[in-house]
Amino acid sequence: MARGKIKPKLPQSSDDPRVSVKLTVNGEEVTREVSVRMLLSDFLRHELGLTGTHVGCEHGICGACTIVMDGKAARSCLTFAVQASGREIRTIESLADPDGTLHPLQQAFQDCHGLQCGYCTPGMIMNILSHLESDTEIDLSDAGVREILAGNLCRCTGYQNIISAVRRAADHMAPKAGQE
Amino acid sequence: MSTRLFGARIKRNIDPQLLRGEGSFIDDIPLAQALHVAFVRSPFARARINSIDISAAVAHPGVAAVYTCDNVGALDIEMPLLIPHSSMHDARTQRPLARDDVYYVGQTVAMIVAVDRYTAEDAAALVDVDYDPRDVEVDLEKAILDGAPLVHDTHEQNIAAHFVQVSGYPDSAIAQAEHVTKIRVQVDRSTAAPMECRAVAAQFDEVTGELTVWDGTQAPISVRGGLASIFKLDEDKVRVIAPNVGGGFGQKVLLFYPDELLVPMAAMQLGRPVKYIEDRRENFVGSSQERTQIHFMELYAKKTGEVIALRDSFLHDTGAFIPYGIAVAQVASTSIAGPYRIPNIWVEFKAIYTPTVPVTPYRGCGRPQACFAIERAMDQLADELGLDRFEIRRRNLIADHEFPYDREGLIFADGLKVSLDSGQYHKALAMMEERLDAPSFASAQAKARAEGKHLGLGLAFYVEGTGLGPYEGGHVRIHPITGKVYVNTGLTSQGQGHDTVFAQIAADQLGVKPEDVILVEGDTKAFDWGVATFASRAAVVSGNAIHKSAMIVRRKALQAAANMLEADVGDVELKDGAAWVKGTDRKVPLSAVATATNPLRYAFNEAAQAATQFAPASRHDGPSLDEGEHPGLEATDYYSPPCATWAYGVHGALIEVDPELCSVTIRKYVCIHDCGNMINPMIVEGQVMGGIAQGLGGAMYERIEFDETGNMLNANFVDFLVPYATEIPDVEILHLETPSPLNALGVKGVGEAGCIAVGAVVASGVEDALKALGGGKFRHTPITPSMIHAALDAA
Repeated sequence: MARGKIKPKLPQSSDDPRVSVKLTVNGEEVTREVSVRMLLSDFLRHELGLTGTHVGCEHGICGACTIVMDGKAARSCLTFAVQASGREIRTIESLADPDGTLHPLQQAFQDCHGLQCGYCTPGMIMNILSHLESDTEIDLSDAGVREILAGNLCRCTGYQNIISAVRRAADHMAPKAGQE
Repeated sequence: MSTRLFGARIKRNIDPQLLRGEGSFIDDIPLAQALHVAFVRSPFARARINSIDISAAVAHPGVAAVYTCDNVGALDIEMPLLIPHSSMHDARTQRPLARDDVYYVGQTVAMIVAVDRYTAEDAAALVDVDYDPRDVEVDLEKAILDGAPLVHDTHEQNIAAHFVQVSGYPDSAIAQAEHVTKIRVQVDRSTAAPMECRAVAAQFDEVTGELTVWDGTQAPISVRGGLASIFKLDEDKVRVIAPNVGGGFGQKVLLFYPDELLVPMAAMQLGRPVKYIEDRRENFVGSSQERTQIHFMELYAKKTGEVIALRDSFLHDTGAFIPYGIAVAQVASTSIAGPYRIPNIWVEFKAIYTPTVPVTPYRGCGRPQACFAIERAMDQLADELGLDRFEIRRRNLIADHEFPYDREGLIFADGLKVSLDSGQYHKALAMMEERLDAPSFASAQAKARAEGKHLGLGLAFYVEGTGLGPYEGGHVRIHPITGKVYVNTGLTSQGQGHDTVFAQIAADQLGVKPEDVILVEGDTKAFDWGVATFASRAAVVSGNAIHKSAMIVRRKALQAAANMLEADVGDVELKDGAAWVKGTDRKVPLSAVATATNPLRYAFNEAAQAATQFAPASRHDGPSLDEGEHPGLEATDYYSPPCATWAYGVHGALIEVDPELCSVTIRKYVCIHDCGNMINPMIVEGQVMGGIAQGLGGAMYERIEFDETGNMLNANFVDFLVPYATEIPDVEILHLETPSPLNALGVKGVGEAGCIAVGAVVASGVEDALKALGGGKFRHTPITPSMIHAALDAA
């Protein structure tokens, strides 16, 4: 495109049928019109601008897109936005304090060097969080933590430091839970 | 000066941003009204294209444009051969969109640009391509036989390159040998599988005429060079940015992938931002891979086990094209003798075209294959001579006093000599022997066997030429407003923590906190001298360049501060973000020093008043800046290594094999490695551990499978098994630090180190575990349960 040339007429949208969705994301109620086939991952990232949730495989294996839906870890790449209607979603953006102070789990990742490129990290953290916050007691043995992580691929770290981070976070979060 | 930061386990500057989900990966960057790309890809490994009908795709609602080779103008070309070399003739590279022929399943044939990716994929399915499929041969050893179907009619026997290198006098040494070991080993194809697939976005600003390209590349400066050349744009009008990149491992150093050219073209033509976000399947079938090599190695030894000559002839699978030249094979061939003296070497390779995804470096780049060959051969030699595996290595390792140890005649992948510069190989081996309690392993093994368990000891040594040239630069500036230090270099980061290690280097010189050093790299508008991130070179090459620049800035800061403090320069020190008169509380903040060294007319803030023309300290007897003097506290310098600096290490493992399940369990894994002086041991360990995990993938799980028609059978994470946490054992990492004599910081690279030896360790351990069952030899990775089953079946 050079200046002085008439701009081509380009389409603005597809002719996908659209549907209204209403859900709670990070405590805030949102209503949007979306294509019926829009993935929840795309909805969060491109409709709401919450790009912290990453997409690694779009076939439910790598876990990069993991979010917490109604308290349980879920793959946002295998979920349609319409399926999330009426649900309560939490993404990585909800963890840190408004002033940027990291959540204990995030802090543990930094302290233990549990991330390198950081692409798998949000999904990893949301998955771990769903375990740490669940009512079921979690097994913090080496094998137990590895089992918790077994739905998330990381290509950089070799996992060892992530395992340390899970234990460290569990230590930090446990007394808090006791006080409640 | 405060405590030295070099060598400290400093937490990473970049982490909080990534942890909060505030990274800026390419698809995170909001581009208003962006259009999205999908490709039509060849379903055939080799075919003639009779016709392409795009009419239905063009008419599809939401489609902005459809491109084939016929309407891409200047892009209807064979893309550049990046590293020319005399061993290739008429080297073949890919066209952005196929013309007449396709050469592998996944090759790009047409490009759809539409309002969203969903629509673009719909339209891609509407493109009707009429193919005339041809015969193919995917098997490397069959592809070189006379009469095998050719990938390119121009290349008989599918030979893309043939190269022989010789060091010493192998013929005469061979004549004196008392024992010969011959071995055939094979490493299969894998892929980098970065968690973020490749991505390119482009935006053309028609007002300024500037093309901005966000590219998850490891080499933005070269990408810009290519874009400016092909589109005939002024370099200043092309800006290439590699923002946060979700892993690279070599796959992202190749340029150009078709999308890297086509996406900017479409953005310029259509006047809207255009994005291509590769999906996982496309990463498997469209982004480069590496590893398949078959080595035929012969070790010529004395009865003592001293190896006096090595002959190795290997086949290297280069896939359908050879855009990166012979780099992978060349690294393998020059690393072939590993850490051993072996003074006489004859090494030959043939790079073979196969109708598969092109092959370019993947973390390790030929080193894992070379290591697998020499280490398996050493084990076999030990076995044949009745020597212990540690002993055969002790008798051949280069001794400390023999460094630098040159392999005359071998030329490394940087065009420079192979000179193993320093190390403590014997000490490393002794440490491993101790950590694995090797002397008592035989009895432990016997005891386990008595309990029905099959335990083996795996061992492998590796060397790694790192820190390749040609050069990198460092630009360092102390900002007059904040006093923060800004550092630029021409690299990109895909998780290595450059922003922290380079901060440590600069902060040591300038007396600031590492978090007050801001690194900006991967942006051609910030710094555009340099090469790329590859070959474990960032710490060595950019690290030393930044060190040199920071030292210049330090000198300038000390001199200027001495003037301001009316002190002798020798009495001034930099610490805590200020210049101090030593032993006193007299100080001036670095921001003020930076401001004062920048003669001003306008007092835009309080500090600036001191630098204006009528301020007490200003000169009135001549120019504010002397001839040759520059304003501010700033410097740019470069480092160009004389040759690669060689890191090394030894890995050992205790491995249990269950002969019923044919499963392999790693009971203990120890890595002893030496990358010279460590800038940040925490980051070094992270790099090594990640490399080991990737190595374990290649050793036991990851193999790209093609059927005989060249279709990839496992182009997804369900079938291509990247290890989860459940597959990776705890690893004990121990350090040796032998400073590199080649650079001021004494550092060597570490990025690829971890992955190199793992295949050899696992094979050696599995073989040892199954010895008593007559399990035979393991000379082929990945070692799968079926392979173990077959070996036990044959016993």
